[in-house]
Amino acid sequence: MPTATRLLPWLLLAPSLAALVVITGYPLVRMLWLSLHEYERAQLLGVPAPFVGLDNYVATLTDARFWTVTARSFVFMLVCVVLTITVGTLVALLLMKLGRVMRLVLSLGLLLAWAMPPLAAMLVWGWIFDSQYGVANHLLTSLTGDDWMGHLWLIDPVSFFAVAALVIVWGAIPFVAFTLYAGFTQVPGEVLEAAQLDGASARQRFFRVQVPYVRTIYVVLIVLSMIWDLKVFTQIFVLQGIGGIKSETSTLGVYIYEMGMAQGHYGAASAIAVIFTVIMLAISAYYVRATVKEEQL
Amino acid sequence: MSLAPVGAAAAGAPVPVLAPGAVTRRRPARRTAASFGWGAVAALLAAAFAFPVYWMVNTSLLPTNLVSGPELHLWPDELTWRNYDTAMFGQVRSPFVPALGNSLQVTFLVLVASMVLAFFASLALTRFRFRGRKAFVLSILVIQMVPGEAMMISVFQLVDSWQLLNTVVALGMVYLAGVLPFTIWTLRGFVNGVPVELEEAAMIDGCSRPRAFWKVTFPLLAPGLVSTGVFAFLQAWNEFMMALIIMTRPESMTLPVWLRTFQQATKATDWGALMAGSVLVAIPVVVFFLVVQGRMTGGLVSGAVKG
Repeated sequence: MPTATRLLPWLLLAPSLAALVVITGYPLVRMLWLSLHEYERAQLLGVPAPFVGLDNYVATLTDARFWTVTARSFVFMLVCVVLTITVGTLVALLLMKLGRVMRLVLSLGLLLAWAMPPLAAMLVWGWIFDSQYGVANHLLTSLTGDDWMGHLWLIDPVSFFAVAALVIVWGAIPFVAFTLYAGFTQVPGEVLEAAQLDGASARQRFFRVQVPYVRTIYVVLIVLSMIWDLKVFTQIFVLQGIGGIKSETSTLGVYIYEMGMAQGHYGAASAIAVIFTVIMLAISAYYVRATVKEEQL
Repeated sequence: MSLAPVGAAAAGAPVPVLAPGAVTRRRPARRTAASFGWGAVAALLAAAFAFPVYWMVNTSLLPTNLVSGPELHLWPDELTWRNYDTAMFGQVRSPFVPALGNSLQVTFLVLVASMVLAFFASLALTRFRFRGRKAFVLSILVIQMVPGEAMMISVFQLVDSWQLLNTVVALGMVYLAGVLPFTIWTLRGFVNGVPVELEEAAMIDGCSRPRAFWKVTFPLLAPGLVSTGVFAFLQAWNEFMMALIIMTRPESMTLPVWLRTFQQATKATDWGALMAGSVLVAIPVVVFFLVVQGRMTGGLVSGAVKG
């Protein structure tokens, strides 16, 4: 093979490789390094950082707050994923049932929710749940007859996370519904008809025919939702700014920000970040392996 | 041979969401009542999903005293542009115009750079067999899973050590590295769909290899480049966390960071102005979505991952 041809692929890869090594690879290594050193505000100003081995990890894993935050993140993630996938499936099935006009109407509604930038969406929902003038309190007052005006939704952690889950699920359903709808339309009509002739109920047709047909799509959607909902940052961060109590509502991403950027415990925060990364990789391992196999790499 | 659908098929056939469904059914009369019921459910659901967007626009058009009043105003019965004026020109500490400029610059930078780099990289990965190819593909798959939240400290320190805090170039580079794994992966699928024979034919006709890539393959990649571009655009325009820690000076903020300053600037939030600001940030994205919606789902599923 001539040298030019041997070099060409590397030449084509070089810019991407450079960007990834410098902006992703180096910080990853640096994150590991930081997690093994004592690194506080003073070190940021030039004081040498002493090597402390696994001290940061031990401190993290023996800290009750870390476990609270992790458990909170997981429970929140699970609730969001289950809601997103269930309601997303129902909406996709509804899209299948609709005529052309109503499908267009529903698609437009979904599209509007999907298109909202997460930050703008969060602020709008914060306004909807505003204690004094929010439409939610207005609505509840006129519906129930009780006086909801002045009700603080974000001060109680449970209702804080209920609001956060509502916003996240609202924003995530359109993508899930559209994707599943696209998958369902690929199921051959003859197969469904044959199942119907054989006496399969609608429920059986759904679980025995439609779901297995789009199984890979479900796997991708579930893994994606798990990753997105576990590392949620913007939504929680902004809701806290509107009126949540940080210590009782932080999730892993926000916790790292609090420990590191806000309080200056860079070493400890990096140890949490490494653990966080390992959790993410574990969740996605199945998906990565399946993809590699499918692509025959 | 029809060439147009090849790229699309390769990426798991993006299905146009709003196009008529694959199955067109003719309904017997007895099903009309049921389909009317489903239609009603769909209308309610559509309204529920669109409501926050509507409420944002509605609030942004109402005068301040009506926004923070005892009564609910379900539509802008007293229309005003004052909130937009306040949002755009009333913010002394962190002005709108520079934020818009920064967002436009960083988005443009990431859009163009990610499409060019991903095109090169996807060619390397699909058209050549070389040592390290598998390792590279596996690495970008794994890198996609590393949460940006975990890397915020080391990325911040890296940018800081280069003295590049508060610069569009630095934020653009961070975003570029963030979107590259996904864009390379997606585009790779589309390049796979362009028959290599076409390039070979062009080379037999006297084209050089780079010329064959540029003249033959590139034009056939339109759907893939749209998917790639959409993703890069959304990422760069919407991203909040990295912008929050890298762009801290009032004049170097991007739109999302600017939007958040509304809440801290005044004790009591000026909801009307905040909603006007949110509309300004959301409009380009909503327009973009309406234009490219058909390509969104298929492209995202085929490439998968990275939020």
